[in-house]
Formats: sequence, C-alpha cells, structure tokens
Amino acid sequence: MEAIRRVASRIVVLPERDIDTDQIIPARYLKTTGSKGLGQWLFTDWRRDANGRPRPGFPLDDPRAGGASILVAGSNFGCGSSREHAPWALFDAGFRAVVSSSIADIFRANAAKNGLVPVVVPVDLHEAMLAAPFSFATVDLESMTVALESGKTGSFSLDRFARHCLMNGLDELGFLIEQQPLIGAWEAACER
Amino acid sequence: MKPRTLFEKVWDAHVVRPETDEAPAVLYADLHLVHEVTSPQAFSMLREKGLRVRRPDRTLATMDHSIPTVRKNGRFEISDDEGRTQLDALAKNCADFGIELHALGTEGQGIVHVIGPEMGATHPGSTIVCGDSHTATHGAFGALAFGIGTSEVGHVLATQCLLQRKPKTLEVRVDGWLKPYVSAKDVILAVISKIGVGGGSGHVIEFTGSAIRALSMEARMTVCNMAIEAGARAGMIAPDGTTYDYLIGRPRAPKREAWEHALRGWLRLPSDEGAAYDKSVTIDGSALEPMITFGTNPGMSIPIRGEVPDPERVEGEQARAGLAKALRYMGLQGGKKLLGHPVDVVFIGSCTNSRIEDLRAAASVLRGRKVAAGVRTLVVPGSQQVKREAEEEGLHHVFIESGAEWREPGCSMCIAMNGDIVAPGQIAVSTSNRNFEGRQGKGSRTLLASPLTAAAAAVAGRVADPRELGS
Ligand code: SF4
Repeated sequence: MEAIRRVASRIVVLPERDIDTDQIIPARYLKTTGSKGLGQWLFTDWRRDANGRPRPGFPLDDPRAGGASILVAGSNFGCGSSREHAPWALFDAGFRAVVSSSIADIFRANAAKNGLVPVVVPVDLHEAMLAAPFSFATVDLESMTVALESGKTGSFSLDRFARHCLMNGLDELGFLIEQQPLIGAWEAACER
Repeated sequence: MKPRTLFEKVWDAHVVRPETDEAPAVLYADLHLVHEVTSPQAFSMLREKGLRVRRPDRTLATMDHSIPTVRKNGRFEISDDEGRTQLDALAKNCADFGIELHALGTEGQGIVHVIGPEMGATHPGSTIVCGDSHTATHGAFGALAFGIGTSEVGHVLATQCLLQRKPKTLEVRVDGWLKPYVSAKDVILAVISKIGVGGGSGHVIEFTGSAIRALSMEARMTVCNMAIEAGARAGMIAPDGTTYDYLIGRPRAPKREAWEHALRGWLRLPSDEGAAYDKSVTIDGSALEPMITFGTNPGMSIPIRGEVPDPERVEGEQARAGLAKALRYMGLQGGKKLLGHPVDVVFIGSCTNSRIEDLRAAASVLRGRKVAAGVRTLVVPGSQQVKREAEEEGLHHVFIESGAEWREPGCSMCIAMNGDIVAPGQIAVSTSNRNFEGRQGKGSRTLLASPLTAAAAAVAGRVADPRELGS
C-alpha cells in the first residue's frame, strides 16, 4: 500500500444519505476472484440507464469531476454489506478519501485497509462540503484537518492506528503476524 | 467485580492483547466461516506472502451466494463462467489449505449462516466472523458474531485474530408478548424503523425483554440477522434453556463431559444485574403489527395496514428528499396504503427467513390455496438439511401444489447473483433482509416482510394482511 499523507483535489458530491454498498457496486459485479478493475462498475446503476448509456448530470461523470480523488457523501455512507469490492471500486476509480458526517463501521474499516481515507467530519463542515460540489479541498492526515476552497477548515476523526497505517503505507497484517507468539500462548492457555 | 454485559463477557474472554490508543485490541476468532464471494482475494494474499491457514480446524466453508438453485436433469448448471471460476477457486483453496468445505450438491451445503447453527458449530460465548455482514445471525446464541471485509478474512486465515476497537453497547428491550401473526421479522423491522439504519452504528445490540425470551432459536436468528441493517456491529441474545435445547445433540455441539463443562461457562454469560449499556431503547412488543417495507432501506417500514409516509409531511430537507427519491424508485405514492398493491414476485428464503419454522409458516398460509395467477413465487430453503426436513414433513407438496417453485438451497434472489432475479420494475415481497435499489436485480423493487406476510401476498397477488386469510 502506498503511504498517504495528504489528499488534495476537487470534490465530487453525492448528497444522498445511507448510500449502501449495493449502490457503490451491485452484487452482480462481485463474481470476480481479483480486486482490480472494479472502478468501471462504481455506482453503475446510478450512472447508467437501462441501456447502459450514461445518465446526464450524474456528478461522477461531470467534466469537472475529472481527476477528483475526494468523494463527499451524505451521512451513513457505505451501509449494508461487508463487500470490500466497494472500497476497491472507489480506489480503482481514483478516489483516495471519502468524506461524510458518518461512515458505516465495516466500510470504514475496509476503506482504511485499501488506501482510501475514511474522513468523518463534523456536521457543519459536512454541510459546507455538500453545498460546494467540484470545489477544491485538502484532507491532511498530518494535521487531521480538512481545508476548503472557501477558506473554511475543520478537523476530522480517524482511528489512530488506521491513520498510522495509512500514513506509512503499512498493512495491518504485518502487525498481526508480529503477535503470533502471543496468539500461540493465548491459544495454549485456553486449550489447557 | 463490576457487573458486565453479555457482550463485555464475550469480548473480554477473547482479547489476546488489549487495545491502547495506538492500536486496536487483538481479538481471537473461535470460528471463521468462509464462502466463495469474499474469500478468493484473501487466499491469493496468503499465497503471495507464503502464509498458511493458522487454524483450518476453526474454519468452515460453504458455497451459497453464486450457486444455482435448480437442477436440470439432476445436475446443477452454473449460469456463468465467472460464477464457476469463483466456485472452483473456493474448492481449490479449501483443498490446498485443508479447510472443510460443504460444496454444491453435498448434504451439508447451505447458506453460511444457516448451516453453522444447524451443525451445532455456533456456540454461546464464542466469537464468530465471516466475510459477510449477516454473520450477526449467530449472535442469537449469545455469540459475538460479526461481518468482516476480505482483508480481514485474510488476517483471520493467517492469524485467527483480527484488530478491533471495542464497540459500545445498545440494549434493545422488547417487552410484552407478540400477538398472533406477528413474528420475529416484524419485531426487527419495527426496531430498525425506530432506531434507523444508522442507529446501531458503532454498537453491539443486545436484545432483551419478555418478547425476545419467548422466541424460538430460529426466530432469534431472524432478529439478530438484521442487527446489521440498523448499522450495528453485531446483535446478541443471552443464551437460555431455549438455546441449550436447540444445541444439544447437534453434530458439533460439545458432548457429554465437554457439554457439562461448556454449559457451566454458558450459564455465566447473561448480562449481570446492574450491568450498564451505553444506550437503551424499549419497544412494546404487544403493540406490534405485521410489518412491511415501502422504501429502499430496511428502516423504511410500516405496519401492514398503515400508510406510506408522505414526503410533504416529513421534517428536514434531506429526509424529505431521501423519502421522495425512495418512493420514486419504488413507484409508490406517499399517503396511500400499501395493502392491495399488486405484486409480481414473492421470494421466501435467505439467511433471515429460510429455516424450517419459516417454511412451516409460509406453508400454513399456502396449504390448500393457490398462488395468484402471474405471481412468480420462489421457496428457497436455507440448507440441504432444511430441504430434507421440509420434504419429510411434506411441505414441498404444499408449495408445489400451490404453484410455487420449490428450489435447492442458496442465497438465490436475496442477492440475485445466480440468475434468480426480479426483473426491472417488478415488485417483489421478499423475506430477505435488504430492499436496497437493485438488490434483487437491476431495477427490482423489494418489499421486505415475514414469511406469513409474503405467503399471503403470493395468494392474494397483492400486498395482503396474513390475518385476513386465516390459517
Ligand atoms: S442469504 Fe442474502 S443476506 Fe444472507 S448470506 Fe446470502 S446473500 Fe447474504
């Protein structure tokens, strides 16, 4: 995983609340045994009509969204299934941060493990971002702040361990592997 | 010692390394359930890093999500190459790493959350994880059971542990007694409508109260199954006589002295008197009615005879917009009743409602009646064992004679990955757990309800109150 200290780009806004993982990537695209190339199916049923043609006006396909790496979504983003395909698809489509006033537990954990920063911001900052699609924003993991083009800034919350892993490009598995002797001792104590 | 909740006891007993500010707790998983959709990338990771599975004996795999639920000339025909690749990958991974697999067509196969309990592999006080959000189901036994992502599937395969921050606790107390025709599904839909789809987020729910205590094990599984639909990490119910009666004698339940020993531990699991929850919510179970959803998340439900809420009357711009969008998708109008609304499909199945009691409930409505013309009705048992039991009781005759399709076990139309789909624009009454846009197929519309309510809709051809049909 690449180390990530700062994400700076235009923001794409999907203001809907409770966006579930079936919208992020529908189940019919989960039949893969890999994790790459899923970006093409990101929000596909919202993006394309019944004939597969792009729906005009969908924010992700707006020319101003080109190169955007920050998604701002309504509250309780990522609810529903545990599919890691959801953060894989977002990452593959170029996103490096997802901002909301609340992010569902499993999605938040999955995102952080895949170089996609789950950024939980206070309600006022969230509303300011929802109201400023395609404006410029910076998410800074060093200072744990979000800065908007308008000059508004605010802090965000992120688990310290997740932040450490993201900023140093570390994989949680490495940490767990180091715990193996402890795990072995624990197992032995339980099974005695 | 400070009084502790059920959750705290199970949590404390599985912490290998306590959490600090710097790092989450290392939590041990007693049982890891695996299926074909969320595991291939985790096994690839093991291979890349040259790791083995630490405890194949604590790992159990099945095929459920992308498998067909019909046989042609006695054989399963997998609808597409990708699905086949995924199933082949699981078979190879289980063979290479020494994991027990209940493959398609074998007698122990079924939906991952149905087979664990029926084998007796789901034990009170244990920790259970699976790359599937409905792992919460196993909490019905007083286990701490939750869904994990594929990276974490890899972590558990490699180390039998995962990194977790301790969640908060939410008590959902359902007092009183349920009225006839009001089932566990109605209880959990009412709970989610009350606390919202994000209401349990960051929390583990413990369901308590007389109405919960009176539920059978299968009904408790229905309740815990949908804890995730309230955003909770897990749902739990304290084990009691009902739990032990269900478990004893099952193939993977402890035997003889081991049972006695385990039981002594289990009896200490229920929350201590005076144990504090971070939050509590109380619901009067006696006042509950059969429920049905009208919108695009499981929190959007009403009593079967109620009116769909009118966006005009909803406070708050975002809530209004959300409701209006959901109703547009569903093709429904606010302020009107759902009762009598025509339906195209009825789906009875999924890890929420595909156990034998669910099939008995559906059969009690369908017995001697016919499915309305033009309503496609699928009955999909949760496992091969459920299917065998149903057939021994003759339930399959009831379904087939009524005009419903009697299928092989699997997730089927709950997630529509296997070719069992609701067509665009069609409306289905389903006993599954998610009514998200497109969940049952692109453009599909889902009304979630209990097996009784779903079967009543099949007979009436419209949304119907099961109490009107009588049994
Ligand atoms: S039945 Fe549905 S909810 Fe349950 S495991 Fe299968 S796909 Fe998931």
